Amino acid sequence: MKALRGYLLTGPAFALFAGLLILPLGLTLVLSFNVFDYNTGVDADAYTLDHYAEVFGDSYFYEVFFRTLWISALTTLLCVLIGVPEAYILSRMKAPWRSVFLILILTPLLISVVVRAFGWSLLLGADGLVNQAIQALGGNPVKLLYTPFAVVIALVHVMLPFMVIPVWTSLQRLDPLAEQAALSLGASQATVMRKVVLPQILPGVLSGSLIVFGLAASSFAIPGLLGGRRLKMVATLIYDQYLAELNWPLGATVAVLLLVLNLVVMLTWNRIIERRYKKALG
Amino acid sequence: MSRNGPLALSFHALVVIFMLAPLVVVCLVAFTPENTLSLPTSGFSLRWFEAVFERADFLDAFHNSLILAFSSATLATLIAVPAALAITRLHFPGRDFLNALFLSPIIIPHLVLGVAMLRLFALMGVSGSFSWLILAHVVVITPYVLRLVLAAAVGMDRSAEQAAESLGAGRVSLFCRITLPMILPGVAGGWLLAFINSFDEVTLSIFVTSPATQTLPVRMYVYATESIDPMMAAVSALVIALTVVTMVVLDRVYGLDRVLVGKQ
Amino acid sequence: MAFLSLEGLTKRYADVAAVADTNLTIEKGEFVSLLGPSGCGKTTTLQMIAGFVDVTEGRIVLDGRDVTHAKPSSRGLGVVFQSYALFPHMTVADNVAFGLLMRKVAKSERDERVRKALSLVRLDAHAERYPRELSGGQRQRVALARALVITPPVLLLDEPLSNLDANLREEMQYEIRRIQREVGITTLMVTHDQSEALSISDRVVVMEAGRITQIDAPYRLYEHPRTRFISDFVGKANLVGGRAGSAGQQEVCKVGEGDFQLSLRPEKIRLTEVGQGLLDGEIRTRFFLGSQWLYRVETPLGELTVVRPNEGSLPLEDGTRVGLVWSTELLRPLEEDVRA
Repeated sequence: MKALRGYLLTGPAFALFAGLLILPLGLTLVLSFNVFDYNTGVDADAYTLDHYAEVFGDSYFYEVFFRTLWISALTTLLCVLIGVPEAYILSRMKAPWRSVFLILILTPLLISVVVRAFGWSLLLGADGLVNQAIQALGGNPVKLLYTPFAVVIALVHVMLPFMVIPVWTSLQRLDPLAEQAALSLGASQATVMRKVVLPQILPGVLSGSLIVFGLAASSFAIPGLLGGRRLKMVATLIYDQYLAELNWPLGATVAVLLLVLNLVVMLTWNRIIERRYKKALG
Repeated sequence: MSRNGPLALSFHALVVIFMLAPLVVVCLVAFTPENTLSLPTSGFSLRWFEAVFERADFLDAFHNSLILAFSSATLATLIAVPAALAITRLHFPGRDFLNALFLSPIIIPHLVLGVAMLRLFALMGVSGSFSWLILAHVVVITPYVLRLVLAAAVGMDRSAEQAAESLGAGRVSLFCRITLPMILPGVAGGWLLAFINSFDEVTLSIFVTSPATQTLPVRMYVYATESIDPMMAAVSALVIALTVVTMVVLDRVYGLDRVLVGKQ
Repeated sequence: MAFLSLEGLTKRYADVAAVADTNLTIEKGEFVSLLGPSGCGKTTTLQMIAGFVDVTEGRIVLDGRDVTHAKPSSRGLGVVFQSYALFPHMTVADNVAFGLLMRKVAKSERDERVRKALSLVRLDAHAERYPRELSGGQRQRVALARALVITPPVLLLDEPLSNLDANLREEMQYEIRRIQREVGITTLMVTHDQSEALSISDRVVVMEAGRITQIDAPYRLYEHPRTRFISDFVGKANLVGGRAGSAGQQEVCKVGEGDFQLSLRPEKIRLTEVGQGLLDGEIRTRFFLGSQWLYRVETPLGELTVVRPNEGSLPLEDGTRVGLVWSTELLRPLEEDVRA
């Protein structure tokens, strides 16, 4: 009786997710094994492992995957280095300023990523403000736009809120008296930071890193607009296969690999966090 | 609570500048009277805003985005509220699976969803259909509504419902008079968050829109890859303004920090 | 004639019995408290009566009607929750009117009854406020008015005072008793606070590990605790070994060697000169409780607690040797505790 009501209430959502999430993902998996010919297109009845062989055999794909990996890793690292201290500073602010700045730092989250990418292209362009500043200081103009540098900077901008949020949340759970207790027991401010604060916010940092890495690795609009034509990441590569090359099966293969890698990284990471911290922090 | 030192405050100032700089620059350039994107500009002009309103493609895209965001947020809310109540209230086999399924679009790259739906729509022969675009968006934004409604339903005092029952309320009155009003802030906040996410969505939409159903972010993305002139800045400034207005409303309705940080 | 009766009421979760074979009858107009530590099954019992928890076995009979499986909404009981469970989006008046609205009572009569209920709990002036604008005690009164306005046959109170601070709690105890008397409503209150149960109930039902272990009037419960657990849970008790037997009608107990555990209330012991009492001892520590002095006295029977009224004279110093005296008819033999 209760079970029936449960299925009735979740039914509409389940129908939608079955039809528009599970089914298309399944179709894409099938598509990645379909034979493709540039003249005749997709042959839905013939199956092959050629696309996987091509992806695993071609150094171009390795290059793109590797680039995506290091750009995402660097973005994650920078988000940790900027986001963690920033969240800590925010948590130590006084009442009105704290929420004002928290909202200031988090709201870009809600502004279209296209707008933010465009903003960075204005700043980092050949005659953008950054280059003007470099020249005013006596330096030579530098090519910033369409380099990995531009992509990383913009990705950090887009991802920083995703790091600040979980760290902020774990800082909120921290008992401020524990810090004072440590100080009263003779610990220095640096020791308090290292021995009391950091261990407690580490789960927040780790889950933030997970989100940032996952989103960065599959980011599309930022590398699309700031990476230019040559600097491909996995997402822009898939886009090209689908909408420029029209080789859907190959695109599907890369998409399946991206999804699998993403899920594997997320689930392992999650498991590690849970195993290490569930006991200590509930 | 101890104070931040000067070093910490300078770091904080740099972070704030970093976060706001690209948005501020976009807004400044939007008012340039010149034909290029250079800064500093020579004066102040609204010519690029006027230019935006003469571009039928941008106006149509904006119109599409509004209808799309409104319909998909509403549909997502309609399916997420009963699902959230079932997940928090009832024990039934598969409950955890359904919960994970409904939240999964958050961790599945939008790009992968985009190509997957592109394939489905092509096979069904509904490519470029606006109705199917709406449904695609519902899948992507349902997790946002679901999360806020789940939080509201979990945080709600269940004994208030028991009290209403003991006072004679039947199932319908109970939902309309007690449960819904009590989780309404979560529902409204979830709707707005879903609206914003649908309105901003570009990665999935780029695969499943046709020129006729193009949304504003897709139009902007395509425009930015083709040519760059100050009109793009004017459009961006309008989007920023609209987002800020929505956020103020969201803050009034639900509390922005609760939406963004998810605290109770 | 019992007004509300529980017959063999049982609630099992999987294999664990939260409430086992509970029998209880409550007379019309009576105020009964269900007292016990947390997890003893008292709240589950109340929730079964209210209809929020399904009954595994047994019956609930209300005024001759079997309501064991009736929906909560059709039982018509008034329930006051620990958290008050006010509707946060409604004014005080709308909260109180809710039950009448559900009963489709006409607006004019509804307004009148709401007004009366609010004046009964002395909240006439707050009708248009929202719950968040009220203090804890005021919310409690709204919850009470909301439950009473539908003139329920039985009022169920679930830990109604546990969210109030100490002073307010005492005040609300008297207030609840006053209102209950004024309306004459049959009331069942669940509480873990023995002083609350003793001070306002006609009868107290003690529950331990899902079972009722004693049902008595407050005074009798305090003076004749059945088990060691009750003697300790209800008031304070010194437990000493001894013998118990009967001589004619009288039960006779004697401290010393024996298989029995005897309970002796601290205020029943008087202090006297060394050698003049039944026992000698030495005061270890003393605590000042305002109206009383509490002494811990080392004796050959072990450490005994003695409570003496503060009569304005200086108390005895630590280390003083004293004699202890009590009348033996105040010794109570105890039964073994029930085990879950």
